[in-house]
Amino acid sequence: MKIGVVTFPGSLDDVDARRAAAVAGAEAVALWHGDADLHGVDAVVLPGGFSYGDYLRAGAISRFAPVMETIIKKAGEGMPVLGICNGFQVLCESHLLPGALIKNHHRKFICKDQPLRIENNRTAWTSDYDANHEITIVLKNQDGSYVADEATLDRLEGEGRVVARYLDENPNGSYRDIAGITNERGNVVGLMPHPEHCVETLTGPTTDGLGFFTSVLKAVVAS
Amino acid sequence: MSPESHADTVSNATNTPEVEQPWAELGLKPDEYQRIRDILDRRPTSCELAMYSVMWSEHCSYKSSKVHLKRFGEIPQETPTGKMLAGIGENAGVIDIGEGYAVTFKVESHNHPSYVEPYQGAATGVGGIVRDIIAMGARPVAVMDPLRFGPLDAPDTKRVLPGIVSGVGGYGNSLGLPNIGGEVVFDPTYLGNPLVNALCIGVMRHEDLHLANATGVGNQMILYGAKTGGDGIGGVSVLASETFAEGGPTKRPAVQVGDPFMEKLLIECTLELFAANVVEGIQDLGGGGLSCATSELASAGDGGMRVSLDKVPLRDASLSPEEILMSESQERMMACVTPENVEAFLKICAKWDVQADVIGEVTDTGRLEIDWHGERVVDVLPETVAHEGPVYNRPYARPDWQDALQADGAEKLPRASSGAELRDTLLRLVASPNLCDKSWVTDQYDRYVLGNSVLSQPEDSGMIRVDETSGLGVAVSTDCNGRFAKLDPYTGAKLALAESYRNVATTGARPAAVTDCLNFGSPEDSGVMWQFTEAIRGLVDGCIELGIPVTGGNVSFYNQTGETPILPTPVVGVLGVIDDVTRRTPIGFTAEMEGHQLYLLGETEEELSGSEWANVIHGHLGGRPPAVDLEAEKQLADILINASRDGLIDAAHDVSDGGVAQTLVESALRGGVGARVWAPDGLDPFLFLFAESAGRAVVAVPRTEEVRFTDMCTARRFPHAKIGVITGDTLDVQDQFEVPLTELRTAWTATLPSVLN
Repeated sequence: MKIGVVTFPGSLDDVDARRAAAVAGAEAVALWHGDADLHGVDAVVLPGGFSYGDYLRAGAISRFAPVMETIIKKAGEGMPVLGICNGFQVLCESHLLPGALIKNHHRKFICKDQPLRIENNRTAWTSDYDANHEITIVLKNQDGSYVADEATLDRLEGEGRVVARYLDENPNGSYRDIAGITNERGNVVGLMPHPEHCVETLTGPTTDGLGFFTSVLKAVVAS
Repeated sequence: MSPESHADTVSNATNTPEVEQPWAELGLKPDEYQRIRDILDRRPTSCELAMYSVMWSEHCSYKSSKVHLKRFGEIPQETPTGKMLAGIGENAGVIDIGEGYAVTFKVESHNHPSYVEPYQGAATGVGGIVRDIIAMGARPVAVMDPLRFGPLDAPDTKRVLPGIVSGVGGYGNSLGLPNIGGEVVFDPTYLGNPLVNALCIGVMRHEDLHLANATGVGNQMILYGAKTGGDGIGGVSVLASETFAEGGPTKRPAVQVGDPFMEKLLIECTLELFAANVVEGIQDLGGGGLSCATSELASAGDGGMRVSLDKVPLRDASLSPEEILMSESQERMMACVTPENVEAFLKICAKWDVQADVIGEVTDTGRLEIDWHGERVVDVLPETVAHEGPVYNRPYARPDWQDALQADGAEKLPRASSGAELRDTLLRLVASPNLCDKSWVTDQYDRYVLGNSVLSQPEDSGMIRVDETSGLGVAVSTDCNGRFAKLDPYTGAKLALAESYRNVATTGARPAAVTDCLNFGSPEDSGVMWQFTEAIRGLVDGCIELGIPVTGGNVSFYNQTGETPILPTPVVGVLGVIDDVTRRTPIGFTAEMEGHQLYLLGETEEELSGSEWANVIHGHLGGRPPAVDLEAEKQLADILINASRDGLIDAAHDVSDGGVAQTLVESALRGGVGARVWAPDGLDPFLFLFAESAGRAVVAVPRTEEVRFTDMCTARRFPHAKIGVITGDTLDVQDQFEVPLTELRTAWTATLPSVLN
């Protein structure tokens, strides 16, 4: 079972994502943005960071990387893909997920331990959580405010595609407190907070993030 | 007309000795300019003048501090964990931490640029120190930022602080480096002169250590990273070495502009170059730009160097050769590479989309020769530029106001006595700018990235896991109480060292080495110079007593606006080593610790001068700072480290600004559980709560370990007193007052947001 983690120029949490995959029991494989070959991985994580310095728009340049062509194709065939933070932005720019992420409403970078509710535990990345499971994981972003038009938001909610929602105070101005969403098929998930920072008590506030990585192991085995 | 036709060549300089040169505008004094003429036996070319002016500036040459900094060499160059692998004079000091690992760390100032342009000044401060760490061969693993501002409610603080914090975060977050500590301090003397110090920690294997020299005739000099632009020209000489005059012209163009994305590429690219073993010597381009890199690399090497300045890739094609030599454009490095490795070097740079150009080579002439379109514009002995600048033995004298200041102790000021008064004092202190919650600042920094942050602010020190298998780690704290240093700079510097040392030991790590950032006013003021020499004397004596060396650091002078210098601020960073980070000791009282016994280690004296109580309640600064006993600090550290290793304590927090009261409040709010406490026998409740005697810590001992713990303290004859128990959701000072944690939290957290949001 191999989980690939893409490194774009400016990726920052790629090492953390590989560690989280390994802690969950997978073999972590480093993928390079310029290499379209996925090297036989069963699932892919697009990690956090400031790929290409967020120039133009966050995720806008990475979307055109050679590796993304293959990932977009494989995602269409059902391969699990998780985009965390900047990875979520790349997924939106790639149109694998609807909507966009804009600057936090308070205009500051924010790093905090954020309570969330997992509202959809039927995706490839969330099956190990209970329905409406409340977890606390790290949130850190500059452009973390999820926005989409009303019709899209209604559809996401109507189809149960809101994967996670912020609890307590909305930390970045995201519409309808949305922290993460999925595609129709449930194999592609975009999440603004960082589960990869919450896999061991020594270095993270909780181990609540591990479920994302153990879930995908089961999803791959089941397929 | 092509630009080269204007070049002031060496032969032109020889033939036109009478040409008037703008040495004064470049910050040189008349005798310094004459000295350059004497060295060269002719007038300098305009390029040479640019180089000398940059490299002989206070910032680059340490001309006012050199004679005093030499004293750090008197400290034995050994750490408790092993030998020092590189010391003062290198880009950053390196120490052995065992298991084949070495750690490098250094703190530097970026004060003046951050006042002129807060965001870019602070951002490039982070960028500069990170490049120093990479240049040693290490992977940067964390940053910390000690910051100091004018009064919180001053209008200019509202301009400067958000920009600086956002710059520190914007750059460090984009590099993927966790920010794990630092300080945020307010004092009126920093108004108009904020202090932005930046510290970086790097980790490498012993064999990866690289030094800054250019050796081996025929080896190629490669400039790589960002293109050179017009930003930061004269930044060093004009900005860092002059006092801001009231109403003077704005100096914005001299501040550099940072691109953290390029720096991130530079980090990964450089580490891959090291791994491929294609680098002979390396130096980052910081203050002084190419002038500094070429002259320092050449003078540290065994030959000379020839550089073609027209091969430097430019962002702005109209730059003159003088400007290219002085430009402080960020995110650039210079490496010395053997001819057979050049292709491999350039290939790795191409993989990371990093521009790299061969601009020169190592020669056997012993001279630094720089050409501009085939014409020689610089021909100097590199050491005359890099190391033989002027050295000043500036006059220093104890200021005549020092006696009166020391005679005006805070111990005579009226104190709270009833329970209600003590409660009110506590709440006022907790909400004061220096003691309040700093999350408004630290929440703008990524403390989690890289996944090795074991402790970060507001813990006593930041702690990073170095090896995931063995658990080997390092802890770093930075501290300085400038108020103490004003009252007595010798003792104040020792107290800064003691506090930083204690903060490292409190988390369970053994202190091993020191870096310092010495922030002072104008060295041309004999009183300031006396403060500086006294602080160095304190640090040298202190390091010898504690048995830890100074591995490097930085001096920042001219921190004053008009006649008023800042508080003398010798910021001390101590790095410690911990064998197993799972044994770290945090500060918080948590639910699992309910019922744990609280002990106060160390003696509490009637020491209130320079305290936060005197500052907040009386607006008073006078008297003598708390006494410092470094032998006792060593004993305390041993107890804290052994107790951590043996599992005798579950929480520990040092006692410093604000006294035991602040220590208890921070521990309770951190873990969410309160405490019932009492003053030990014979100690006045007010002094128990608010005195700032050094050498103390509060520890939480499980009942099952209480006998072993107290036996250990008794065996070492170290003062220890039971002062309470962890329990409930209030801070209950028996027979005096009780405050709910919710009330404390509201007071503690409201201060910064209420002013800055």
